[in-house]
Amino acid sequence: MDAIKTWLGRSGLASIAILAVLLLVVFPLAMDTFRLNLVGKYLTYGFVAIGLVMLWGYGGVLSLGQGVFFGLGGYAMAMFLKLEASDPESTKIQSTPGIPDFMDWNQLTELPLWWEPFNSFGFTLFAVVAVPVLLAFIISYAMFKRRVGGVYFAIITQAVALILTVLIIGQQGYTGGVNGMTDLKTLMGWDIRTDEAKTLLYFLTAALLLGAILLCRWIQLSKLGTLLLAMRDKEDRVRFSGYDVSMFKVFAFCLAAALSAIGGAMFTLQVGFMSPSFVGIVPSIEMVIFAAVGGRMSLVGAVYGALLVNFGKTYFSETFPDLWLFLMAALFIGVVMAFPNGLAGLYESHVKPWLARRKQAPAPGGTGGEPPSASAAPAAPTVPHTTTSAAVPTAGIGAKVSSQSA
Amino acid sequence: MSFDEIYNIALMQGFAGLSLFAVLLLMGLGLAIIFGQMGVINMAHGEFMTIGAYTIFLLSSLTESYAPGLIQAYFPFAIVCAFLVAFAFGWLAEWALIRHLYKRPLDTLLATWGLSLGMQQAFRTIIGPKEVSPTLPDWLMGSWSPAEGLDIPINGMFVLGLTIVVTGGVLLALYKSRWGLRVRATVANRSMANAIGINTTRTDRVTFAIGCGIAGVAGAAFTTIGSTGPTSGSLYIVDAFLVVTFGGAASLWGTVVSAFGIAQTQSISEFFLSGSMAKVLTLLLIVTILMLRPQGLFASKVRR
Amino acid sequence: MSDKHLPSSSRRTFMLGAAALPLALAISRMGHAAALPTAQVNTTGLAVTDTEVVVGQLHSATGTMAISETGSIQAEQLAIDQINAMGGILGRKIRVIKEDGASDWPTFAEKSRKLLVNDKVATVFGCWTSASRKAVLPIFEKENGLLYYPTFYEGLEQSKNVIYTGQEATQQILYGLDWAKKEKGAQKVFLVGSDYIWPRTSMKIARKHIENFQGGKVVGEEYYPLGNTNFNSLINKIKIAKPDCIFAAVVGGSNVAFYKQLKAAGITGAKQFLLTLSVTEDEMLGIGGENFEGFYSSMKYFQSLDNENNKAFVEAFKKAYGPKSVIGDVTQAAYLGPWLWKAAVEKAGSFDVDKVVAASPGIELPTAPEGYVKIHENHHLYSKARIAQGQADGTFKVVAESPELIVPDPFPKGYQ
Repeated sequence: MDAIKTWLGRSGLASIAILAVLLLVVFPLAMDTFRLNLVGKYLTYGFVAIGLVMLWGYGGVLSLGQGVFFGLGGYAMAMFLKLEASDPESTKIQSTPGIPDFMDWNQLTELPLWWEPFNSFGFTLFAVVAVPVLLAFIISYAMFKRRVGGVYFAIITQAVALILTVLIIGQQGYTGGVNGMTDLKTLMGWDIRTDEAKTLLYFLTAALLLGAILLCRWIQLSKLGTLLLAMRDKEDRVRFSGYDVSMFKVFAFCLAAALSAIGGAMFTLQVGFMSPSFVGIVPSIEMVIFAAVGGRMSLVGAVYGALLVNFGKTYFSETFPDLWLFLMAALFIGVVMAFPNGLAGLYESHVKPWLARRKQAPAPGGTGGEPPSASAAPAAPTVPHTTTSAAVPTAGIGAKVSSQSA
Repeated sequence: MSFDEIYNIALMQGFAGLSLFAVLLLMGLGLAIIFGQMGVINMAHGEFMTIGAYTIFLLSSLTESYAPGLIQAYFPFAIVCAFLVAFAFGWLAEWALIRHLYKRPLDTLLATWGLSLGMQQAFRTIIGPKEVSPTLPDWLMGSWSPAEGLDIPINGMFVLGLTIVVTGGVLLALYKSRWGLRVRATVANRSMANAIGINTTRTDRVTFAIGCGIAGVAGAAFTTIGSTGPTSGSLYIVDAFLVVTFGGAASLWGTVVSAFGIAQTQSISEFFLSGSMAKVLTLLLIVTILMLRPQGLFASKVRR
Repeated sequence: MSDKHLPSSSRRTFMLGAAALPLALAISRMGHAAALPTAQVNTTGLAVTDTEVVVGQLHSATGTMAISETGSIQAEQLAIDQINAMGGILGRKIRVIKEDGASDWPTFAEKSRKLLVNDKVATVFGCWTSASRKAVLPIFEKENGLLYYPTFYEGLEQSKNVIYTGQEATQQILYGLDWAKKEKGAQKVFLVGSDYIWPRTSMKIARKHIENFQGGKVVGEEYYPLGNTNFNSLINKIKIAKPDCIFAAVVGGSNVAFYKQLKAAGITGAKQFLLTLSVTEDEMLGIGGENFEGFYSSMKYFQSLDNENNKAFVEAFKKAYGPKSVIGDVTQAAYLGPWLWKAAVEKAGSFDVDKVVAASPGIELPTAPEGYVKIHENHHLYSKARIAQGQADGTFKVVAESPELIVPDPFPKGYQ
């Protein structure tokens, strides 16, 4: 019994369960379809945010180009949907019926060869994940092998985001340009614009997200997760222990890319279009902010972060149209200054000790050796993880790892 | 097309490259100090440039209404003011925000991102959401035409001259002055610098403020060639970071060389390709070279 | 409390005066209008009560597009204030829900759904860029909303749920090119634009017209990324090509850089003929009159138009938003939106979208600041095209005007 409880606490399953109840029961009951659809859209950013937790919080690598992968996944899905929406019947007013409308506007007279595979749903699903992962691999392999880290990597990913945006906008005959791919209607005959479809897609998104969290949690608890953390804190030591550090980072980057891409594909399905405004630098930075607000060490926290920031954006901009940017700015600055570990950090440093005190006061002892974190969110170290200077003593790796599982 | 014409176009195209070089260097210079020397990722760099541009606008409006006779002369004075105003705001931002974050460089990115959002909205609220156009003195407009068919933009020459002066000043200050010595000591080894009596807190603040001040000068200079609006600064921010990173963050000479390389690549490829493809080509080249040589063109000799 | 109301009510009284002409048009309908019960004028559950009707306004108040869209926000608000001051529509005052699209297309989509589904607005005035319109269009069609879209745009679109109060591409381009050929002898034309759909489609139409109908020649066609601020290489290419006419559709921050650098390279209105599709009084604020002096712009409206409607409009606009405010082509088109909607609602005797849409074709607005407009079957406006020359003080001098109203043709044959 105790062993199970300990494992529950360690794995943070309890907090994941709470999130699951919130997403699958509370939200659908409390909200109308419109708001639920909004939450569904925010949850797709949650995929990016948990990817960033793995990459940034655990791997210590910050990417400012996650929008690239979100966009690629979204575009892959959008291409399939666009082809389906462009059957000869509904495009008969075009000079070339049967091709997407934006191609017709740009004087293309036949479907480009590389679009053909996207007629197949199976291939599309494969491409949603494979294309971003391949790109992530190429970028990261070249850089991590040469030990590019930290800020440099962040700036290079920014440049990649810029290149892709310019390419997509410039090649509008093939990509829809700045408008993106709009007016997506059906998925294999199923109308994705109806309320029922939106509700179903919401549950699908929520389920996939919970699955992704479990997967990431499993990775975190495995040896790989421990190594990622160790690498983040003292990369050289891990390297001297005989591990190929770069490949672990490549793995983390590809994982984050795959998660972002799934988020992008789900976004396209729910919102019904994809546009280059997701690929650029601004959305990429915003996605990092979701993770930072939620807590970069906490998977569940990152999802809350994505929800909170987007709720804030929607609520502030509806309620204070003239002030909302000030409020968002204050939120970002405030979180970074006051709660460097985000919401999860706040929970760790304030709520949890308080809960523990309350628990101890009436019934000291309780069931025995129950650790105070039995119902905790995945633990985040309460100290900001400074990688500089001699702040981490010799037992750095051990200390960090144990603080993670405490 | 005659030989003369080809010669003229070649000259003008050469100058186009030079003036883009000046633009890139000027926008990168402030960042090279802040990002390169201090390791702070200042996403609000573009907004400090906008502060400089708006300073020019305000001074030109004031001059127009109160001393129309001085409209030919206010500009150099206004550039100094742009530096001072941006310096003051930089000082303030360092005191309120940045100094708490030196140990967490990636967090400076998030905080300054928030700062840039807030500053943009502040411009919109205070000055207005539409673009403005400062009245420039006549001597800054038009072209210098030494021969038939050859037009060298005067604003381009002005920006180039200003860039040379500012860059020279920064290099001189960094390598010959006490302040420069303190900055370099702090960059090389903060705790040691502290131990031998350098007030690193003060050095940081001055350094950050000077970086912002130079951004202000850049913004002021760009009123001659670009737009002035609440979001004008965001047009420059990515290019600025690329210039600094490509050059090798901690090396000012690297920034100079990288600005030159990027400017020439882009300017020449723009001439032979379409504008969009030239941009993609330039960026791809930068990313590829950075992948092969991640430390940038000029590696810093600082031990990390 | 009552003190607070004083300035606004005095402003209203003034607007009543300024709106005297529209008032004259509508006064005949006001008698029976107020009598209609809500159950009759609203059968589809829109946000209409006995005293008020709710409409949405969806523009970018923040982000990069705020520079352009601010004018539209102001003009729509002015028109709505004027309509309310003269008694509203069918006896109901208009209440506006403002949403900020934040220059972000997905946000536009989200907010338009919110307006249509949550707020049940009777109509929406909004969008500026094509991308934002494309993002909201499926939502308006699905939820059966109504959108008044003010910007001149590339055409190739016609929706039951949108009334386009700006020009489609042929209305803006063809007259300008014909004028350029006739008056300026433009044979060799250099096309330059920002790299997205509106300039590209416009230039495609321009090229077809020049090559197939005018016997002219396109000597260059260049596109630069949005936000590009360096045009020196382009200017050298123009110098090599030596065109009779530079035909430009550069937008946003690039626009300012383009004209400042043209001037600096010695290409001025005195030496070179340039005709643009993208400089209105709004853009002129940023470019500065001295940089655009002598160049020409092709629009349907300029602030300096000399007619009674326009004088009243300009006066009311400056009264509301300050003597320094300017009115561009799109601002005027945005101002038409509420008036056209009012006319259609009153003709239909109902706020129901289907009935308003059915009543819209044929609606005339003789009180429009641009002169006279009429809604075509295809939901675009018949309008005139005008050419004006930029002056050093930042104003435009109208030099030519199409003799007839130009029929809107969003899918022009021979230009595809």
